[in-house]
Amino acid sequence: MTDPGNTAARATPARIERPSALAFLGYGAALLVILWSFRGAGWSGERLMHAPPALADFMTRSWPPATDALGRLGLKMIETLQIAVAGAALGVVLSLPIALLAARGLIAGRAVNTAVRVMLGVMRAVPDIAWALVFVVAVGLGPFAGMLAIVVDTIGFCGRFFADDMEAADKGPAEALTATGARRLDIAASATIPASIPAFISTSLYALEKAVRSSTILGLVGAGGIGIELKVAFDLFDYPTAMTVIGMIAVVVIVVEQLGIYARKKIIGVER
Amino acid sequence: MALDSKAGARAAPVITMPDLKVEGLAKAFGAAPAIFSDVSFTVSRGEAVALVGSNGAGKSTLLRCALGLIAPSAGRIELLGAELTGLGGRDMRALRAQTGLVAQKHNLVPRLSVLSNVIHGLLGQQSGPRYWHQALAPRAAREKAMAALEKVSMADFAQRRADRLSGGQSQRVAIARALVASPRLLIADEPTASLDPAAGEEVMALFFSLVRRENVTVIFTSHNMTHALEYGDRILGLGRGRLQLDAPVADLCAAELRKIYD
Ligand SMILES: Nc1ncnc2c1ncn2[C@@H]1O[C@H](COP(=O)(O)OP(=O)(O)O)[C@@H](O)[C@H]1O
Ligand SMILES: [Mg+2]
Repeated sequence: MTDPGNTAARATPARIERPSALAFLGYGAALLVILWSFRGAGWSGERLMHAPPALADFMTRSWPPATDALGRLGLKMIETLQIAVAGAALGVVLSLPIALLAARGLIAGRAVNTAVRVMLGVMRAVPDIAWALVFVVAVGLGPFAGMLAIVVDTIGFCGRFFADDMEAADKGPAEALTATGARRLDIAASATIPASIPAFISTSLYALEKAVRSSTILGLVGAGGIGIELKVAFDLFDYPTAMTVIGMIAVVVIVVEQLGIYARKKIIGVER
Repeated sequence: MALDSKAGARAAPVITMPDLKVEGLAKAFGAAPAIFSDVSFTVSRGEAVALVGSNGAGKSTLLRCALGLIAPSAGRIELLGAELTGLGGRDMRALRAQTGLVAQKHNLVPRLSVLSNVIHGLLGQQSGPRYWHQALAPRAAREKAMAALEKVSMADFAQRRADRLSGGQSQRVAIARALVASPRLLIADEPTASLDPAAGEEVMALFFSLVRRENVTVIFTSHNMTHALEYGDRILGLGRGRLQLDAPVADLCAAELRKIYD
């Protein structure tokens, strides 16, 4: 380094760096795990070859999509959206106090932060369909079980991200209020929460999109919504109706997603 | 109140307790070497003290220690007659209800109105949802806040959102928020650093006319030596990890000040 003559003699670096022995072993192991996983997933070239004709057969048998049941399916879709909206709304409201406890350095101590975050992690880790099964057992078949599943799913999501949003908020206003002797809860309510509102809105809109997507399949386990129609249609080999349901779900999910993008831009983009 | 020295003034000779007394203060973050150590000084009632020193000398850290916002590594701090070490949360808040902070950044809550932000300044004395937002605030609090805004000539902007103000206006609102609870001691950490020179002059003149009138003790930092000499009664110089200077402004010459910066 100190010898200036050395720099001139420095060779151009190789295009591809030779991996170390350890890295080489790592790549090899990763490749083996992937191949092993394909085997576990029942990879079958033969069956894949048969899939296109079978799918084509499904398409011909399901085309044109059924229109006779549109009225009933429409009502079911409305119920689906109601499950999503009610579950997401209640979930968002309940998330706020939970997030206050989960956010580090806000109102609760480290032990509470950790306990609440672990609980939220569990709520997220258990899939929505499993929560729906649990609530079907608890409150019986129907949309109410589905709504409760969405509430839990939303809390797992919003509780965590609201807390992260508040931790990321500018600490300046909070410090100024601390210096005047304000309490932690007052500081959180006066400074941290108002500053986090754009982030909360954005997170809540994602939660709603997620809730709509979930609510369309909760019916598969009898927790209300249009999912039940999909299951029944496949069970009865009524592919035209199944096609209609799939199409409706796709349209609704895409529309809600686009509305979310629009609302985010409108509410946060303009107001920064 | 125990902190009020006026109670016994007639019987005994007046012993004016300093508003801030710092003894042998040191602060290190983690395992890093101390930013400063062995810092001792006092600030008396009604005094305006300028704390000067180069960037990173530890001025902000020292002021944060003084308000108990961070704990020092060594030494003791007596703020308004109370020893900070070991002070419980409630006592600490009661003490801080008589202090305030004006920082380099105005630190207003951006999405709330100017009026809400000033009402927040009362949270040291009052607690609860009625002081979170101007729409919920009691009449007396709203009137107090308006009076404070009047003092900084910002009453016309009471309903304006805080993030729609210029830098100078924001800093004036921050001053109103700091003054609304009639504090005894204010810390101003480079209050004009984010302003252009003209707005900076204006804010300094306004701030000191108000604190002098209300007899508020002030400790401020500034990069502007002219400000330190013009508005300070006394200058503290922090450099090379030590307090290098503690002298009344009247006794100082420029050469002495320059010493702190090398
Ligand atoms: N929270 C912190 N953790 C670690 N180091 C810090 C922290 N706050 C300040 N420092 C360091 O302390 C030194 C003094 O900072 P500061 O008090 O802001 O100086 P000044 O206000 O005089 O410019 C700097 O070197 C800074 O990096
Ligand atoms: Mg500083």
